[in-house]
Amino acid sequence: MNSRDKILSAIAANQPEKTELPDISGFKGAEEDLQSKYATVLTAIGGKIYFVKDENEIAATIATQFSQARRIVSLVDNLPIDNVETVISDPEIHNLKNVDLAIIKAKFGVAENGAVWITEKDVQPRVLPFICEHLAVVINEGTIFPTMHEAYQKIATLEEYGYGSFIAGPSKTADIEQSLVIGAHGPRSMSVFVKV
Amino acid sequence: MHESTKDHAALAALFNKDEERVNWHDETLWWIRQKRDKNVHQLPEWEALREAASQIKFNVLSNLHDYLLQFEKNATANGVQVHWAADAKEHNEIVHRLLQEHKVDRMVKSKSMLTEECGLNEYLAEQGVEVIDSDLGERIVQLAKEPPSHIVLPCIHKKKEEIGDLFHQYLGTPANVADPQFLTEAARQHLRDVFLTRRAALTGVNFAVAETGEFVVCTNEGNADMGAHLADVHIASMGIEKLIPERKHLGIFLRLLTRSATGQPITTYSSHFKKPRKETPIHIILVDNGRSVQLGRKEFRNSLKCIRCGACMNTCPVYRRSGGHSYHTAVAGPIGSILAPNLDMKKYKDLPFASTLCGSCSNVCPVKIDIHDQLYKWRQELVKEGYTPAAKTISMKLMAQTLSSPTLYNAAGKSGRFVLKHVPFLVNNKLNPWYKEREMPEAPKESFREWYKRRDA
Repeated sequence: MNSRDKILSAIAANQPEKTELPDISGFKGAEEDLQSKYATVLTAIGGKIYFVKDENEIAATIATQFSQARRIVSLVDNLPIDNVETVISDPEIHNLKNVDLAIIKAKFGVAENGAVWITEKDVQPRVLPFICEHLAVVINEGTIFPTMHEAYQKIATLEEYGYGSFIAGPSKTADIEQSLVIGAHGPRSMSVFVKV
Repeated sequence: MHESTKDHAALAALFNKDEERVNWHDETLWWIRQKRDKNVHQLPEWEALREAASQIKFNVLSNLHDYLLQFEKNATANGVQVHWAADAKEHNEIVHRLLQEHKVDRMVKSKSMLTEECGLNEYLAEQGVEVIDSDLGERIVQLAKEPPSHIVLPCIHKKKEEIGDLFHQYLGTPANVADPQFLTEAARQHLRDVFLTRRAALTGVNFAVAETGEFVVCTNEGNADMGAHLADVHIASMGIEKLIPERKHLGIFLRLLTRSATGQPITTYSSHFKKPRKETPIHIILVDNGRSVQLGRKEFRNSLKCIRCGACMNTCPVYRRSGGHSYHTAVAGPIGSILAPNLDMKKYKDLPFASTLCGSCSNVCPVKIDIHDQLYKWRQELVKEGYTPAAKTISMKLMAQTLSSPTLYNAAGKSGRFVLKHVPFLVNNKLNPWYKEREMPEAPKESFREWYKRRDA
């Protein structure tokens, strides 16, 4: 008998009598101002929030906040920024190591934890939001859900993904004596633009 | 693997030699516990979430056979290659074979307690494969040639000055620099080079979803994603108990995990791997290594509900004061003490006794494992199987005889009071374990029974 069959038959012999799954449909967030909650939580986890009305305002903010950035990749349509790459044509993804700023689209935000949901449909290649020095995310139409329960309900209605991630703030670590340091292996900052 | 001939008490005694460090360790972990409380108390539905998570995990254990088949089918349909490993040895061999197939002898690895449990790094080193751990805390203990002392905070036992010395020796930072910001930046540069040059990446798995065949990896640093997205092959190792039935259940578990672990609302990255990138395979290894046996132990199977948040360690008065290494097993603390005896009852016979049974672990556990009850049950099991020290067995028997005989009890009480009063050095000495860190009490003049008799007369 191979290991697969051995494991499966041991489990079949040892697993207890079947118990039912709980109904989790009752879990949902409180009624509150989701944009202000999202802003508070994102700021607390080290992110920056900008409420903007259009692409021009995003571009203007980026021009001031990231004036030092030399290589900028933007996967957001119609951003009036000069000298940005809008497509990554080089198949060698390791060459993204010098991207100073990546600007990407997110499907929505989550108020309780400051996260945005991205999938590889909007973010190609997958490594882009991790390898860049700074990350900017645009949430279209200001879609923010209260909790992870509403987030997964929404995901169930979206197109299936091969890869997706909740990203909440800049990369960080507190492994040295529990001192919080922003900028571990991923971006050193995360700016979220919410269109209102 | 952590070979040690010393038991928990002896290893804890070593850790306790440096009182200042013990106090610091204790306070740091308690501070994390307090952060957890602060975050958890913001959710009025917290207890309902714990209950739901517990019930989902019970359902998983009761239907694990079918969920594993469902996961295998869906993951395979997604283009992920599924492997099965009966034990640690087979897991390590599969990893090695996959690396050989890809002609790779250097690998980057993000945090996986399962690979610690399996002794993967040591095995691969023997095969001439270099493994670099990419989680900062794990990299630090790897440089120090030590195992992690905590499943979430691998180098929580280390002072920043010691880390500065390690980085000076291995990464070329200036001597006597211990600033966490500076050291983290040095590690970032060092590991960035590793990420860019390694063609194979191994990650752990926090959750795998039977319904969709995807798996989720959580990190704050972004190291799992950096490794997996830049490599030519991604190997993910998971214990078979990490399955959950449906994707929507992630909503429950991701809300619980990091709040319990560090008091954060969520990790920075919660990445869902469903399909491989073009021409870059994903292999997932489903590892048993004693789990199917534990599933058959009625009293102990609940331990398989664990989601590895580490909350039970942060709150444990024994863990905080004895340090993770005193548990001489990959997963330390209360949960480790009920997992390890399943793997090797003889080797880990001391661990269920490394507890005050105060129950704090069970109170903070996000999936409601009855940890302290299981510790107590393991003690009974170990005594039954004859794994307790002879001195303890004999003294317990003597005590049982004394307590069941009024004559013996009276005589023992009298002699005890006599000794404490007239020759206290007979018990206040190093041969008596109860005297360690304690003063023996002042002896009362008479027993209750003597007083009662005198009163009557």
